[in-house]
Amino acid sequence: MSNPNLLEVEDLSVSFRTDRGWVRAVDSVNLHVAPGETLAIVGESGSGKSVTALSILRLLGDSGQVDRGRILFDGSDLLELDDAGIRKIRGDRIAMIFQEPMSSLNPVLTIGKQVAEPIQLHRGLPWSVALEHATELLKKVAIPDAEHRLGDYPHLFSGGMRQRVMIAMALACDPRLIIADEPTTALDVTVQAQILALLKDLTRETNSALILITHDLGVVARYADRVAVMYGGRIVESAPAGELYSNPQHPYTRGLMNSIPGLDGSPQSRLITIEGQPPDLANLPPGCAFAPRCPHASNVCHDQKPALEQIAEHHLRACHGYE
Amino acid sequence: MAMNEIESDSLLQVEDLKVHFPVTEGVLGRKQVATVKAVDGVSFSLRSGETFSLVGESGCGKSTTALSVMRMLTPTAGRIAFAGEDITRHTPAMMRPIRRQIQMVYQDPFSSLNPRMKIADIIGEPLVVHGMARDKTFYRKQVAELMDLVGLLPNMADRYPHEFSGGQRQRVGIARALALRPRLIVCDEPVSALDVSIQAQIINLFMDLQQELGLTYLFIAHDISVVRHMSDRVAVMYLGKIVEMADRDALFDSPRHPYTQALLSAVPVADPAIESHRPQQLIVGEVPSVRNPPSGCRFHPRCVQAMAHCSQTAPELEANQQGHLTSCHLYASVEGQ
Repeated sequence: MSNPNLLEVEDLSVSFRTDRGWVRAVDSVNLHVAPGETLAIVGESGSGKSVTALSILRLLGDSGQVDRGRILFDGSDLLELDDAGIRKIRGDRIAMIFQEPMSSLNPVLTIGKQVAEPIQLHRGLPWSVALEHATELLKKVAIPDAEHRLGDYPHLFSGGMRQRVMIAMALACDPRLIIADEPTTALDVTVQAQILALLKDLTRETNSALILITHDLGVVARYADRVAVMYGGRIVESAPAGELYSNPQHPYTRGLMNSIPGLDGSPQSRLITIEGQPPDLANLPPGCAFAPRCPHASNVCHDQKPALEQIAEHHLRACHGYE
Repeated sequence: MAMNEIESDSLLQVEDLKVHFPVTEGVLGRKQVATVKAVDGVSFSLRSGETFSLVGESGCGKSTTALSVMRMLTPTAGRIAFAGEDITRHTPAMMRPIRRQIQMVYQDPFSSLNPRMKIADIIGEPLVVHGMARDKTFYRKQVAELMDLVGLLPNMADRYPHEFSGGQRQRVGIARALALRPRLIVCDEPVSALDVSIQAQIINLFMDLQQELGLTYLFIAHDISVVRHMSDRVAVMYLGKIVEMADRDALFDSPRHPYTQALLSAVPVADPAIESHRPQQLIVGEVPSVRNPPSGCRFHPRCVQAMAHCSQTAPELEANQQGHLTSCHLYASVEGQ
């Protein structure tokens, strides 16, 4: 049977060493994304969305470790690769765009050098050819006067322009998968719209997959095909975007939808909030992580973690259920 | 619009406010080479009990305006009056009694609280500073009341900021701002650093407190949906100027300035059904540098409806019959007669 998915994350669990011992940041996560598809991973701080992304590229650093699971990319398990193997994938087949365009570019290297370097490295092209490619890429992401800006350093670029450069770098080797972690959170809203539209167009053009990590439900609604909602390190609900918004099934997802002041809702009414505070990963309850804040929680919710189960076609939910 | 007319119910009046910063060069920065006109002729007034919002993108001057109202900055020109009293040139000593009535809530609850102070002391400090902590019992009672008011539990009093989540810290910041029983609270992006579910709690808290205590808010934000939810009136700023100002419904239902229209259309709505057939009017380019703003209407290089004279003459902020103010030649030519 041919597998339509480009990436499959199976039963992934990740822990970090902290002052308070090992803390599980990602717990039994399953994800998949197909070519041409945009998957949004939504959640609040500490939900595990960024750690999931970093695990895919094996960028957890010294304090993090994968406890179990598989990350199948194009059929091979990324977790099994040695360092040289993963370096070949990183920046080539899978590219990542980070939140902070200010700190993710090297301030002492010119833009041309930073964009051309991965091309030279992964494609083994001569420097002059790599630079030509870099110019093309900068044009593609609509950097005005690209030829003349190759020699400029990052500080001469605005936040939006730097994020365009990041996208150009990410696209340098025609990656099959792009992971964008809060790519526009640091940008103004009119620039955010430009950047996300650009990212969406470029991935559509090349039929590559996009994993968009964000806390912004508006961005998700505009750009995602499918959504996975994370809470306390686990996926609590996943569905096609339209289905998730029109028919949210997990109490946390419902709570999130209610708590955003909509541009269409009635102003100055009280927002329906999720009471309480986000969970402390070092001190998670034995049952469902959302149970302490859940208006429907029953005994079983406090004792047992609910499994992610299919409740309709393409719609999964991890909840013991409620009326 | 008559500038000197004192509106009886206005708590804060800002008239033709200009805040210019010198750009210096050379050893010791002695030579002034340019001027950044961060705020360049802004007028608005706040009625007692209302929420008035300033929205705009980075560099539009909304935070500089807020700091001027707090008199943490001295305006270059213009006039700021609080409760009828001109405070534009007040010295710090003269500002002291006014400061009790104008307080500020900051954006970042992680860096705006002293990490070495207990929560109760952070909240009570303004009382001590202003000599209003008559005795220990009174002080403790006041702090306890403030904590209760913002939804903090009594057992949290002796803890330190690092033990709190973002939302709880923002509650501490709000309790501290309320300690002196102010009439006006300047809120600079008070919920933008918070998670969505916590943001809603704090928005509700702001609205409850306003009802309970009759507070007036000057609300600075870039999040359009939060602004729409909280405000009575809204002013949209672009590169140091107000380009549009109106009642909330008028502004959101029928925005007139092309920049406001583009700004509203850039904000994604959290509903794919709406998003899929919503016209997207992407504006090109980015906000130009305030150091060197475009001639004429400052929005003209990015405006889809720009006309020849937009690059030459700056439009005035003019009201239509409903009192909806717009600074755009598209309307001036029709209504200016």
